Amino acid sequence: MGCIENLKYEMILPLGASFKECREYVEKNFSEVLYVDPGYKIFDEYLIGLPPIALGIEEGKKIIFPYTKPCHGTYLLRIEDPKEVERVRKTARKKK
Amino acid sequence: MMTETKNTPKSAILLLGCPEVPVQMAIALYMAHGLQKRGTGVLATGNPSVLNLLKVSDPEKHYLPQMMVLEKCVAEVVEKKRTCDLCVVFAHNDAGIQYAATMRHLLPESRIVLIIFGRTPEVLEESVTFPCEKIVDKAVHNPMQLKAKINEVFGWAA
Repeated sequence: MGCIENLKYEMILPLGASFKECREYVEKNFSEVLYVDPGYKIFDEYLIGLPPIALGIEEGKKIIFPYTKPCHGTYLLRIEDPKEVERVRKTARKKK
Repeated sequence: MMTETKNTPKSAILLLGCPEVPVQMAIALYMAHGLQKRGTGVLATGNPSVLNLLKVSDPEKHYLPQMMVLEKCVAEVVEKKRTCDLCVVFAHNDAGIQYAATMRHLLPESRIVLIIFGRTPEVLEESVTFPCEKIVDKAVHNPMQLKAKINEVFGWAA
């Protein structure tokens, strides 16, 4: 999983979830949802997926985002990083 | 022998998916050959397993002189260090479709051809909501039907 593998992450959805299921989960379960396009950089990785890509913010310090790999599909991950949350809030958009 | 035609793309990226479906390797080498003999520069990209399969299959790099790990290729496209006239994406799972959607977004001027194969290609095809050309075939072990469809789309006589 590249650099993200080295971070402390939680896997929210089990392996095998589709990208669409990840987006729907984020939109349904988090009060703060932001949107970005594929190629947006987060934790030093470029996000993959059909735009717009939904990111969730939780407790003001955790980011929920889809992370796609060719063999495993899409993981929905949660990583705590207040600085990255602040950066995402400044650079992502609030509407699709 | 090079047989360049009027509509020959100058550059192509073959974006390969997880190598668990056997036809992908055969079709990738077939497409690389078909494009290169018509004058297209081809770069193959995929995860390390896929690239190792290609390196072993083509040790002297007759068909695929250029290969690059997928993350690096995506990074170069995002950073506008790399572009292509044609991007062929291989998809037998949802991840493959997402990579195609990504390339569609990052390469708005390029021709995107999405090859959907494997055991349930029709289900995957339904999930494609972005503009691209699609070649769809229920191919797992036998590449012949898929090859025929590729020939038709690219105007390659058998």
